Amino acid sequence: MNNTTSIQTAGFSRSRIISLAILAVIFIVLALLPVLMPASYWITRLSEYMRYSILAIAWVLFSGPTGYMSLATAAFYGLGFYMAAILNGPLPFVVVIVLSGFAAFLVAAAIGGLTLRLRGVYFCIFTFAVVLLLNQVVLEVERIVTHTRGRFVNQESVHVAYWAMLIVFALTIGVVMYIRRSRYGLALQSIGEMEEAAAHSGINIVRTKVLIFATSAVFMGMAGAIMATRRSYIDPGIAFDMQTSFLPVLMAMFGGMGNLVGPVLGAVGFTALSDKLVVSFPDLFMLIFGVFLIVAILFMPNGIIGVVMQFWRWVRGRISKRAAVPTEKGGRGASA
Amino acid sequence: MHLLEGEKVSKHFGGLAAVADVDFYVDQGEILGLIGPNGAGKTTLFNLISASLKPKPGKISFKGIDITPKPAYKICRMGIARTFQTVKIFPHVPVLRNVMVGALFGTGRFITSSEATKKAEEALEFVDLTPVKNALAGDLTLAQQKRLELARALASSPELLLLDELMAGLTAVEVSEAMGDVKQIRDKGVTVIMIEHLMQAIMSISDRIVVLDYGKKIAEGTPQEIAANPKVIEVYLGEECDADS
Repeated sequence: MNNTTSIQTAGFSRSRIISLAILAVIFIVLALLPVLMPASYWITRLSEYMRYSILAIAWVLFSGPTGYMSLATAAFYGLGFYMAAILNGPLPFVVVIVLSGFAAFLVAAAIGGLTLRLRGVYFCIFTFAVVLLLNQVVLEVERIVTHTRGRFVNQESVHVAYWAMLIVFALTIGVVMYIRRSRYGLALQSIGEMEEAAAHSGINIVRTKVLIFATSAVFMGMAGAIMATRRSYIDPGIAFDMQTSFLPVLMAMFGGMGNLVGPVLGAVGFTALSDKLVVSFPDLFMLIFGVFLIVAILFMPNGIIGVVMQFWRWVRGRISKRAAVPTEKGGRGASA
Repeated sequence: MHLLEGEKVSKHFGGLAAVADVDFYVDQGEILGLIGPNGAGKTTLFNLISASLKPKPGKISFKGIDITPKPAYKICRMGIARTFQTVKIFPHVPVLRNVMVGALFGTGRFITSSEATKKAEEALEFVDLTPVKNALAGDLTLAQQKRLELARALASSPELLLLDELMAGLTAVEVSEAMGDVKQIRDKGVTVIMIEHLMQAIMSISDRIVVLDYGKKIAEGTPQEIAANPKVIEVYLGEECDADS
């Protein structure tokens, strides 16, 4: 026990190298997939999984440690939609994605500066309202200024969108892992655990919260810009769909928020499950899905990851018990 | 110039004066004891110094700089660290990382994480928590959590340390250890203001004592002067009266 914890605190431990290697292999396989199997069904599915993984991880980055439940995801995602609709074509796709992230950062910083002084349910409601507000503002601006209701988006091919999504996915995981391990992650966690003590230990609470909230929005905006290019037409209702705010929250809870595998598992599991249910039970889809959710929340408070960990501990307990029986004496002597 | 100086510091909660027109100061290298009955305003005064609350009216200056308008994190970075009456730790964070928060953010200048780790380990060594440095802070006993808070405060390299009932709820042995710690902290050059209910502890350790009652300063002086002060005795033991009446 003592041994594993000291490994975790070491800068570059074996387990970390292994997990980085596994990640690298996964990404290489994912990157080569369109070349190996150009059949676009899986490419589309995987794009979808990655989209929700990005949203769920980005959401967990801020809301996980602080416990401030943000429902503003759809605002930043929708902003990416509109950035793509306006800029893709005149500007290269890469530039559009970067600009979308930048725009999302600025808007999130402004929203965060205004709202992160609010706590608990008030923050949650305000972020919910921000999505509705943006929806209405864009709708009215389009009606009055540009005399349109929706917009056509300059499309990108399935493969280009897939690769773009993969890069943003890798970027999201990289940045979020870095932040969680860095001093900013520690600052954010201490704010979430005991805000007053964090302030009296020298942490600039407002700035930390706003910066990380805005950083999480970058990935949401980028994902939005990419997904928009897979549609030919968008309007405010599509761009600022509240589902985009709720789903990542549910996925993160479903998967577990303790590490980054949880949100990804949740996103993939959730998307796959809802796909399956829509196909098999088109009429009962929502009902079955709802039952699933209730069961998950009731019996898996720490998500899929929590269940897996519990199972792992149980297995390990059995193994070590079996191993400990003949050498009990020696074992005790060693630990004393 | 005093290290810390408060002029006519007041704080009202509604109609209640929690702290009223209190003048106080502490000099470099001193241990100042702050005593008074429950509800006298001692913790409120700490909250005013560390900017949990803002005095109104009143002015507090640290090393000649007016710190009244500054936010809490800046005051910590200027060199005023504190502990809390009810412990405020980060329960789901390992002990070492708890202390690293103070080292990383509390000094006001950039330090690398390896420096911060080293500093945090030194602070933990000082409060004898090295054996549990990888445990989660929430799993420690109350006495250990209080020492953890002290370590976190020390890791921010304070010049002035505010200790709010560090010794409350400790056993006699733990109290004498804590007293030893406080003296050692002072010997390192850190000025200390401490709130304490344990008279024997505060009387033996303080260079000077300020007594608050109902938000007002009723006495100030050396422990001997305070022990002989009739007003203090009255506050603590009740008014003197004849047995007949």
